[in-house]
Amino acid sequence: MQIKPVLMALKKHRLATVLIALEIALACAVLCNAVFMIASRLSAMRIVSGVDESSLGFIQLEGFDPARADDLNARVLHSLGAIPGVQAVRVINSVPFGPMAGAFGVTLDQAGEQFRGVPEIYLGDPGTPEALGLTLVAGRMPAAEDYQPIREGYLPASSNVLITRTFAERLWPGADALGKTFWTGQNQFRVIGVVANLSVQQYDEEGERGAQWTVFVPALPGPHLAGGYLVRADPQALDRVMVDAKAVLAKAAPDAVFDHSQSDTLPALRTRFFQADRAMAGILVGVIAALLGVTALGIVGLASFWVAQRRKQIGIRRAIGATRGDILRYFQTENFLIVTLGIALGMLLAYVLNALLMTFYELPHLPLYYLPIGALALWLLGQLSVLGPALRAAAVPPVVATRS
Amino acid sequence: MFAYYLDLALRSLRRNKVLTALMVLAIAVGIGASMTTLTVMHLLSGDPLPGHSAHLFYAQVDADPGPRGGSHREPPDMLDYRSATDLWEAQRADRQALIVDSQLKVAASDMNVPALMLTMLGTTADFFPMFAVPFQYGSAWTAQDDAQRARVAVISADLNDRLFGGGNSVGRTLHLRDSDVRIVGVLKPWRPTPQFYTVVGGRFANGDTAGYFGKPEDVFVPFRSALEINDGAFQQFNCWEAPATPGHLQDASCNWIGLWVELGSAVKVAAYRDFLDHYAQQQKAAGRFNYSETRLRDLMGWLDFNHAIPRSVKLQAWLAFAFLGICLFNTVGLLLAKFLRRAGEFGVRRALGASRRAVFAQCLTEAALIGLIGGVGGWLLSLLGLWLVRRQPAPYADLAHLDGGMFVVTFVLAVAVSVVAGALPALRASRVAPALQLKTL
Repeated sequence: MQIKPVLMALKKHRLATVLIALEIALACAVLCNAVFMIASRLSAMRIVSGVDESSLGFIQLEGFDPARADDLNARVLHSLGAIPGVQAVRVINSVPFGPMAGAFGVTLDQAGEQFRGVPEIYLGDPGTPEALGLTLVAGRMPAAEDYQPIREGYLPASSNVLITRTFAERLWPGADALGKTFWTGQNQFRVIGVVANLSVQQYDEEGERGAQWTVFVPALPGPHLAGGYLVRADPQALDRVMVDAKAVLAKAAPDAVFDHSQSDTLPALRTRFFQADRAMAGILVGVIAALLGVTALGIVGLASFWVAQRRKQIGIRRAIGATRGDILRYFQTENFLIVTLGIALGMLLAYVLNALLMTFYELPHLPLYYLPIGALALWLLGQLSVLGPALRAAAVPPVVATRS
Repeated sequence: MFAYYLDLALRSLRRNKVLTALMVLAIAVGIGASMTTLTVMHLLSGDPLPGHSAHLFYAQVDADPGPRGGSHREPPDMLDYRSATDLWEAQRADRQALIVDSQLKVAASDMNVPALMLTMLGTTADFFPMFAVPFQYGSAWTAQDDAQRARVAVISADLNDRLFGGGNSVGRTLHLRDSDVRIVGVLKPWRPTPQFYTVVGGRFANGDTAGYFGKPEDVFVPFRSALEINDGAFQQFNCWEAPATPGHLQDASCNWIGLWVELGSAVKVAAYRDFLDHYAQQQKAAGRFNYSETRLRDLMGWLDFNHAIPRSVKLQAWLAFAFLGICLFNTVGLLLAKFLRRAGEFGVRRALGASRRAVFAQCLTEAALIGLIGGVGGWLLSLLGLWLVRRQPAPYADLAHLDGGMFVVTFVLAVAVSVVAGALPALRASRVAPALQLKTL
């Protein structure tokens, strides 16, 4: 296929060519950025919680009298533990994808000068790390004597804690964290164990807090640790257990209000946590679909017009020996050239749009490999949309040449 | 002449139905997408108190006692207890309201409805006239009730429906945690958008500000009564050191109270600014403050500072308009094809004496007609789009409806887009050389 005659013909239709190329350029820019945004949303949704999500449920009670917290805890633990299928019930302040229960700025020294970030704190009673299913990578799990009462404020005065691998690396890069201490105000933490993962409660991918910046503080239930319960059950039985729990608690804890929005199985809490991301990804998919649809319509419209306009020329070419394949390939080549022009411009535009979005939305850089993927998609789209009109062109009989 | 062009346009559109449908579809989809996002933007960026918001101000001082880096600092988003009550008690503004939210258990003692966890707003009597809050039954409490820590409450229409079936519940008793309060007023349905008076912390929210568009509180109680009723359940905005008793923040180094003031004239605004500065300097001299920065932003300024429009909504609007741009290019291409195909027809018209301007006008009429039809499609699609928005899990979802103004904007935008798209092809068509075209006929 010779390209030169195609280019000559395009020169005659400069305006229309430029328009379609611009449309493809814009489509390329939006396509690359929208796909990139979908991909980053989806990757954020794959956060590893570090706990046995499918076996766990969380129950939040509110509105009870803190002075009677011990009594409430006892009643709840007893009544939930009696539900058939429940393997463990623990008092906990929150769970991954649960309510935000507490984040504290921590320092490496008591004077509070070596600030190292704001991790989220998990508080749980004896057996909680085991019930969560945390994976220990170094050190040991808290023993019975590590569980301390909370006398005032939010935390035990001094505690032996578990931290995640990621947060250990943040506090002491490259060093062994075991036995080291860090502080929040006058509360001291000593690291006795490092776990593989334990994600934060409310992860914000654009926030300063890392997804795994967490500390597990062993504590004893009391006025400052009550109302939140971790339920562990067989994954098949979990949904039923959570339904039963609600009925059981209505009887066992009539003085507390069952928080329907926060109490659910962990898979359900996870789904809800990412609902907005999924909705946004859905909108972006819709935009991409509509965008490609409209671009295809534009190509079909213009190609049909050109085919109709050139009926006679096509007839002449056929009459002097061009095969149907030649005509078909002519229009395909023409489309390829226009789309290529559009893509060249579109790649530039994609980067400009990405830079613009980056200043407004703190998005990361568009990875380079998105560009060839976007180009391939648009080439394919162009070829598919031009196929119909091109086949119609190829079907023009040579006899047309003889008519005036 | 216009009627004639319209007739010509209709004929032309009917002649090539596929091409017409493609153009109408492109415009409809583009308009539908942009109007959906534009309507949401319009809803979320509106003035919650039109005509009145310019007189409402949010006061900030900085009670951070510790030395910290950075020379120019923004005061924290909320006030500590001492500053808040000092400023409020000075009564230097036309009206002033303290704001503090907390969660508590609510029950109606004589009704058979299970207890609810609700948000209670502790505020002062001026809150209601200041923010033009509409009452269904009864009225606000008085300044005397504020001073006497009266056990009274105003409840939302929603709560009144839930607890009392929508009847006049003034005089009835509400059980708030462990206290009984008397209902003195019931609000009409009230939905300020955003819920501006509790907006804080936008600069730390990373654009996730959808929470500003939730529903107002269900229970309103005098400020000091609220502190007593729900003692131990108050949440700080931030603290410089952990409070000794969590939830009891009166004597803690914490920010947790908002102060809104109403100032009727520019002179009063200037005077209040001076008052704030003077207060901060006085506190600094006394050693309680370390910084004397103050702020007094008006309502819209405060919303602006908090970047109240959620970033995802803005992003959707950007996307929609990029999309409209693509639809525009598409329509230009298709119109060009359509007009140039009829070069012969224009040649005849020109040969018969029609001016270039007349041909141009004819083409634009046709483009505008396409825009109008596309506008109808766009309107239907934006209704569909808004229906989809309403099904999203966002606090503002229930607000997404097309109002009269945006309905008109839909058609104006559709026609404007198609006329802009038609301009270049129309110019091309009007430049057709009559002689050349007549020869080929």
